[in-house]
Amino acid sequence: MNWITRLIESPKSILGGAGKNTPEGLWIKCPDCSVAIYTKEMERSLMVCPKCGHHHRISAELRAASLFDAGTFEVMDAGLRSQDPLEFRDKKKYRDRIRDADKKAGSEDAVHNYLGDIGGHTVSASLFEFSYMGGSMGSVVGEKIVRGMERSLERGCPYLLVAASGGARMQEGILSLMQMAKTSAAAKKLQQAGLPFICLLTHPTMGGVSASMAWLGDVVLAEPGALIGFAGPRVIRETVNQELPKGFQSAEFLVEHGLIDDVVDRRELPAYLKNTLDKLTERPYRQVG
Amino acid sequence: MPRSYLEFERPIAELTSKIEELSGMGKDAGMNIAEEVEKLTAKRDILIRETYKNADRWQLTQLARHPDRPYFLDYVGAMFDDFQELHGDRAFGDDGAIVGGTARFREQPVVIVGHQKGRDTKEKIRRNFGMPRPEGYRKALRLFQLAERFGLPVLTFIDTAGAWPGLDAEERGQSEAIARNLMELSSLKVPVICTVIGEGGSGGALAIGVGDRLFMQQFTTYSVISPEGCAAILWHDRSFAQQAAEALKLSAKDLEGFGLLDGIIPEPEGGAHEDLEGAASLMGDVLEKALKELLTEPLSKLLDSRYKRLRAMGVFTEA
Repeated sequence: MNWITRLIESPKSILGGAGKNTPEGLWIKCPDCSVAIYTKEMERSLMVCPKCGHHHRISAELRAASLFDAGTFEVMDAGLRSQDPLEFRDKKKYRDRIRDADKKAGSEDAVHNYLGDIGGHTVSASLFEFSYMGGSMGSVVGEKIVRGMERSLERGCPYLLVAASGGARMQEGILSLMQMAKTSAAAKKLQQAGLPFICLLTHPTMGGVSASMAWLGDVVLAEPGALIGFAGPRVIRETVNQELPKGFQSAEFLVEHGLIDDVVDRRELPAYLKNTLDKLTERPYRQVG
Repeated sequence: MPRSYLEFERPIAELTSKIEELSGMGKDAGMNIAEEVEKLTAKRDILIRETYKNADRWQLTQLARHPDRPYFLDYVGAMFDDFQELHGDRAFGDDGAIVGGTARFREQPVVIVGHQKGRDTKEKIRRNFGMPRPEGYRKALRLFQLAERFGLPVLTFIDTAGAWPGLDAEERGQSEAIARNLMELSSLKVPVICTVIGEGGSGGALAIGVGDRLFMQQFTTYSVISPEGCAAILWHDRSFAQQAAEALKLSAKDLEGFGLLDGIIPEPEGGAHEDLEGAASLMGDVLEKALKELLTEPLSKLLDSRYKRLRAMGVFTEA
């Protein structure tokens, strides 16, 4: 249900993945095929293992650079900062968590907004940054997503969401829950305006993010092997008291169950999106009046 | 059935049984017994008032889940006429954890939808402890859209620990079902009034909780995650639920403070579980007033205000 649930679940896959831009060290050992890959080579292949195709975590920055046509994109809405309306404190103060996350993953919170071209189409995009508090959705994340959508509405251009999140940000309590409603309401505006809304769900997309705008795209895609669902595997296992089938909640599982449109390899994403947007924006049938 | 008492209600329980015991002694014991009973009853009333007035967030959490608390169908009986339950999502099944249909509310035809918990074991299982599966949310959506087609206002009643976290729910798209409801409710072309009548548990609650007005009964909670779930994640220990409840700021007063509520609906002395009719009447009055206001609003203004409410949610700064 939450990123920390995932952390408890499999700390290695969360803590061991690529952090910000360049993972520490010259080599990355692929957790899937165990082959050591030269970091530079891994980045060239967009953090996808060249040997086995395992999709490692990729930063919003690196993804943006790979997604948009060269030299066409800029960062938007970078000045938004989280507050601490609940004065939340567990073992650690929320304010301290924010400070630490800012240091670790940059001060743009868990979503980076961009405006740029993909295959010649101007696209407004929101890319989750999982290394910022597990991509959890608080007020800043919700606001940035809505602003990204509003930018599409203003410009009459498509909107792209790339999700990677453990869910709602508990430290913002009920206000984080309400971001689900806020972003979903804005998604309706895109639909009403007839603007394409594409969602790409990446590892992991859970809880409040999967149960709101991330599943509301006209086209919903996922990356190979990504874990996507409402409740986290541990919570489900405890609820039903049985082992989960292999591949449960994987991107492939979701396609099989008719819940998403397709699974797309990261290296082919720009071409895939161009193909989709070309068709969705051409409008051969224009009603008069 | 004998009334259940929570841990912090124990002094009330003790006083109550004392009163009952004395009353049971009957006439032969004489006048001063009746006097004593009267005195103790007055004392009990004060005790109840004080206990509930000062309930902390953890106690409120327990009150919201009180085994004797009225559930949605109790209010349907007490507050609505001509209820006709409409079943199923037309695709997979009929989820007992969400009940809905058409009814009359103070003569006005409406669509009502609410979470339903069970009272005894058999009913609890049938209602899946008030935790809906995707087909429950899809049934709700079908009824919301029916309401829209026939110009019927929608009243929803929230009382769930959360959406069902099971394999079957995931296989059938729990996330998608919740997400779709959020989106469609945000633009439904009839007034929507949402009221928390027990537990407001996370996305599973919100999926029938997006509307023009949000009310909470006095002794209810609304939160992004249960205190137990929050404790398990942040404290790595569910026994820190009490601390988590405080940290989550999940009371009606808290939500009012965040500007998310249109009002707190008072409950009878000692809580809704002490007096269903009284609770229904207090709630009915608030809903009737809100409904009257909304019914006179032109559609464009209704939808515009609803969107603005949602758009404004969140607290942040901008450099």
